[in-house]
Amino acid sequence: MYVAVKGGEQAILNSHKLIAEERRGDTEVPELSLAQIKEQMQLAVDRVMTEGSLYDRDLAALAIKQAQGDLLEAIFLLRAYRTTLTRFGESEPIDTSCMAVRRRISAAYKDLPGGQVLGPSYDYTHRLLDFALAAEEGVGAPEAEAAEAGVDESIPRVTDILNHEGLIEEETALDGDAGAVADLTREPLRFPAGRDLRLQNLARGDEGFLLALGYSTQRGYGRNHPFAGEIRLGEVAVEFVPEELGFPIELGEITVTECQMINQFAGSAGRPPQFTRGYGLSFGHCERKTMAMALVDRALRARELDETVEYPAQDEEFVLYHSDNVEASGFVQHLKLPHYVDFQSELQLIRSLRRRHDEEQQEAAE
Amino acid sequence: MSAAQQQATEGDDGYNFAYLDEQTKRMIRRCLLKAVAVPGYQVPFGGREMPLPYGWGTGGMQVTASIIGRDDTLKVIDQGADDTTNAVNIRRFFARVAEVPTTESTAEASIVQTRHRVPEDPMREDQIIVYQVPQPEPLRPLEPREIECRKMHAYKEYGLMQVSLYEDIARFGEIATSYSYPVMVGDRYLMSPTPIPKFDNPKMDDFPALQLFGAGREKRIYAIPPYTKVKSLDFDDHPFAVQQWEEDCALCGAEDTFLDEVILDDQGGKMYVCSDSHYCARRRAEGHEGKLSESAARAYAAAVGAAEEEEA
Repeated sequence: MYVAVKGGEQAILNSHKLIAEERRGDTEVPELSLAQIKEQMQLAVDRVMTEGSLYDRDLAALAIKQAQGDLLEAIFLLRAYRTTLTRFGESEPIDTSCMAVRRRISAAYKDLPGGQVLGPSYDYTHRLLDFALAAEEGVGAPEAEAAEAGVDESIPRVTDILNHEGLIEEETALDGDAGAVADLTREPLRFPAGRDLRLQNLARGDEGFLLALGYSTQRGYGRNHPFAGEIRLGEVAVEFVPEELGFPIELGEITVTECQMINQFAGSAGRPPQFTRGYGLSFGHCERKTMAMALVDRALRARELDETVEYPAQDEEFVLYHSDNVEASGFVQHLKLPHYVDFQSELQLIRSLRRRHDEEQQEAAE
Repeated sequence: MSAAQQQATEGDDGYNFAYLDEQTKRMIRRCLLKAVAVPGYQVPFGGREMPLPYGWGTGGMQVTASIIGRDDTLKVIDQGADDTTNAVNIRRFFARVAEVPTTESTAEASIVQTRHRVPEDPMREDQIIVYQVPQPEPLRPLEPREIECRKMHAYKEYGLMQVSLYEDIARFGEIATSYSYPVMVGDRYLMSPTPIPKFDNPKMDDFPALQLFGAGREKRIYAIPPYTKVKSLDFDDHPFAVQQWEEDCALCGAEDTFLDEVILDDQGGKMYVCSDSHYCARRRAEGHEGKLSESAARAYAAAVGAAEEEEA
């Protein structure tokens, strides 16, 4: 019997067995544990949690293992799990001025209340392969000394300091129905999108995509003169108000990276010249992501600030519709699915068009 | 929720019946009702992430998951065939999370989920067809901006599409759209019939079964209620026409079906067979024969066999 190019159930099952085998690799090499991923590939875990929109280091580690280290696939796994979870409410906004800071730098001031705290950073490493890490016996238990003076418990944000003089715009509450924060995991994107929706989209957005867009604004495609007002990394408390209690209780702590960009703004008819803000936030330590996010956030505020929207990074439909790597990866790769009905239709059409073309050529020749 | 209901909605692996939670299904059903009430209008819905990738049928799956019950029988096709990988995979998904019987027979199915085809067999009033939609917006190729497209629909301002079709005629002498051929639904909304070949467009008109469309990535749902007027755009002097083949199905001899071209060798040898695999198989079982049924099957098996050996 004739069968169309057929990938029966058996082929799919066999394919799954093959990826299981490839994932394990050489069985002479000990199997990777989730604890190892969680502890020694923290930045990968952080990215997967951020773009997967789920703060769970164990599940992110599992996703990374299951995806053979393909972070986009891991993000997809985490998202597909997240979507099945019950939402029981919204937390209180986190207060990053009360963060237990591990790293805090400002490129706008040399010194400032709370000081500059370099913390863990690859910024000033020389990018030379460290062959000591390749040694069989491992690196032992490296330890950094604690500073004599600890870090302040509460460190004011640079943007708040600027705010005393009115030099930077106020961060205002949401327009319209105050308190109701948009959630694109429950409601589809609608345009024009509020800043809350845009920031949520960017927080989940692909780091590579945002990086390129942010970079494009620096190179002149929507230039907005940014300064890294402040970047901070550390632990913040998450609070929740259960209905039956009526006051906030602490659910636990999460690690976040926050970036506040300060951008020039010449002012418009309705607003005096003052600095404007771009904001980036991620789970864990995703500094590059939050900086890119802050640049794109600011670029997307063009309409609100009466700037001309002329570049990709300023175009909210363009940015928000294409930032999600789960959507993008799925749709790009769906081209692997059979399209032979459409292709057959195109074949027919192109044959007909070529026939007509030939006939016209012949007529012209005669 | 009572214990009995709990039992009724618990599926495999601790997931809810048909995967989606009941709140989400309710949200989707509300959108479906709105879609049925306004035929051809794209209703935004809070699409969820599914355990299959976007672009692989997540919209159709969410619609199916929201309407399927224990008494349903599901058929899933891709390119008209029941045995293509993605169709197999989606059928497997619902067999697992909803434990419903599945079938390859169009007549036996109460729900048909499809990608890129409308079955050749007629459908009935007690059936529902669910289309997987990659791009719900028919105007998107002409206008990338959602805000603009929504305005054009609101004002029924479809001149841009007519002009585009006219430009095709001016340049090529015919409308150069062979699939995703735009239709007007109920004389009101311009609608993408999804990437079905234009061959299938006339089937949508006055169709007895309810037609539902789900676009997961774009988060839109739309519908055509039974017996609704669906008209493919055309001009008086260039009426709409469907594809025709010079040959019949080489296996079952059907003269009026959509045919896939199957390459038999690298010398230009080819044959045409029904894209609707179940329809073709049924006709052959009934004794219909194409001109190549036996020899073609052998030639094809040999060609595919040879290719597989080379790959190996």
